Amino acid sequence: MAVYERTYRRYDGELTPAWSRFLIVPRYALREVFRKRLFVAFFALCFVAPFISMLVIYFRHNLPALQLLEIPLDRLKDKLLIDARFFWLGMWFQGIESAVLVLLVAPALLSPDLRNNGLALYLSRPFSRAEYVAGKLAVLVYLLSLITLVPGLLLFFFQGYLEGAGWIGENLRIAGAVIAGSCMCILALSLPALAISAWVKWRPVARIALIALFLVPIGFAKAVNVALDTHWAWLLSLWHLIAALWAGLFGVESSVDLPAGAAAAALAGLFLACLWLLARRVRAYEVVR
Amino acid sequence: MTGGAPSPSLDVPGREPPGTPPAESGEPRGRPGKEPGGDPVAGAPIVELDGLTVHFGRRPILRGLTASLSGRCIGLLGPNGAGKTTLLHTLLGFHPPAAGTARVFGRDIRAEGRAIRALMGYMPETDAFIAGMSAVRFVSLMAELSGLPPAHALERAHEALFYVGLGEARYRQVGSYSLGMKQLAKLAQALAHGPRLLFLDEPTNGLDPPARERMLELIRGIRDKGDVKVILSSHLLRDVEECCEEVLVLKAGQIAVYANLEEERRANRRFLELEVRTGRGEDGIGAFAAAAQALGCECAAGFRQRLKLVLPEGVGVRDLFRLAAERQLQIRRLDFKRTSLEDIFLQAMEGSGSHGGL
Repeated sequence: MAVYERTYRRYDGELTPAWSRFLIVPRYALREVFRKRLFVAFFALCFVAPFISMLVIYFRHNLPALQLLEIPLDRLKDKLLIDARFFWLGMWFQGIESAVLVLLVAPALLSPDLRNNGLALYLSRPFSRAEYVAGKLAVLVYLLSLITLVPGLLLFFFQGYLEGAGWIGENLRIAGAVIAGSCMCILALSLPALAISAWVKWRPVARIALIALFLVPIGFAKAVNVALDTHWAWLLSLWHLIAALWAGLFGVESSVDLPAGAAAAALAGLFLACLWLLARRVRAYEVVR
Repeated sequence: MTGGAPSPSLDVPGREPPGTPPAESGEPRGRPGKEPGGDPVAGAPIVELDGLTVHFGRRPILRGLTASLSGRCIGLLGPNGAGKTTLLHTLLGFHPPAAGTARVFGRDIRAEGRAIRALMGYMPETDAFIAGMSAVRFVSLMAELSGLPPAHALERAHEALFYVGLGEARYRQVGSYSLGMKQLAKLAQALAHGPRLLFLDEPTNGLDPPARERMLELIRGIRDKGDVKVILSSHLLRDVEECCEEVLVLKAGQIAVYANLEEERRANRRFLELEVRTGRGEDGIGAFAAAAQALGCECAAGFRQRLKLVLPEGVGVRDLFRLAAERQLQIRRLDFKRTSLEDIFLQAMEGSGSHGGL
């Protein structure tokens, strides 16, 4: 119908599959996110470290190229080891960038919808609360995967390609650690961020709350550990949980003396708590009993 | 009906009973053009309430509502806190029923909420929009969530915004709109996906008279087009009277009255409204009313010494003056009137009886 006719008509066309509709939310949200220059600049910056890592892997296998740059080979040769620790360090770097990215994006995901009663509009359609949360989560999963999981795996296969097929077979644990470690990191950052965004309607306050969630437990856990002469208080710190899990997955030594299993269990508990908080908050209308 | 009161039959004669089988996929089966068997929602009552009870915590909000509504445009009337919005929200699946159930186009809200919502458009009472989006993207997003492919959703978003009169402002952020424009944007998002049933919750809230008239004109236009049924919730009698064919009056979570305004208009029933004065107060008016009833008049007492009378054949105004003179009662004013929605509403608010008579 041409717009000049200006009359109401029913829709007679095809419908999209119901299972795919949660993907509409991230499509629209990502468009809004990438309209912000600050975010785009930071997002581009997030690829610098993987690019440097790729150069390191390349030069490790092309040492004569370093001679052209007049870099002393004998000192670097032993330091340029591409092993589990190399990928673990890369994960750390990308993990910190992920936290900053979550700080930039997550507070704007749920809180505006709650503040402007947008949820009533979403949920009055054939669209469930779970799909809404999945859609919002997909925004963070997509962005964080691009700076953690995808570069990690690309570097792994790049190294395997340069080293030879045998290397991949011998180091499958690294690939598994990259996948599992990235997924856990993404969820550990995204779910609490969404829960905070759902409960704190004002965006700047949500951002401050997120920073507090990332940093305050570190100091608190350290104080408890010192006071009680234990190390289990690290279970309260998100970063120490991630660190312990990554150390276990990559098989490297870490300063965090927590078993990886305990860290994984604590993270699972955190995920459940966040889902419960989201379930409590993501409703079409707040019911005052 | 409610609270143990006898239930008036609200079924419209000639309507087929609901029997549409449930959609298996959760989507409505009845997209025209996709099903050769015709429109599966045709013939089913729009909304059937079957002992619907809703609690917020321990507080009952809706108490055993039972009704069947089938008009093109149904008005939900009631004072603030009567349960109008809660009823709409329950039909949308926002609140689970504590007891009883309801069916929309024959589909049970407990089991087929998703399929029901696919048939609906909802314009909420409160300010509601997605922040940081232009109107066209906002309406397009809403249409896509209802299942329209992106290209169709965008096309219909443009159409819907032109239809409601926001065509020139469709690229502006919804957050920057005036209240009246936000109301229109909410209507556009409710219409964009081509629903079968439109829930309008206080659509004229906060509108100035021209904007209100424009909104009512749009609602009447949608109603008259016939493709979509409308349920209009309002506490403004004039809005409902101007748009609706049926009206359901809620009071304290119960159905106070149901009236088919179309039938009322068709019946065109006139009555006399008398304003009387008597030295004996209410007793004198009561005696006069009893005497009028003895003549065969239907009689109801109103506010401030007013009486409403329907005269039978053979009884004239002269007889009323005679009765008044015999009882030393002055008739100060006498008007022929028709039953208005205000009369129905006031009667419902005074008592809980079903509508009948005056």
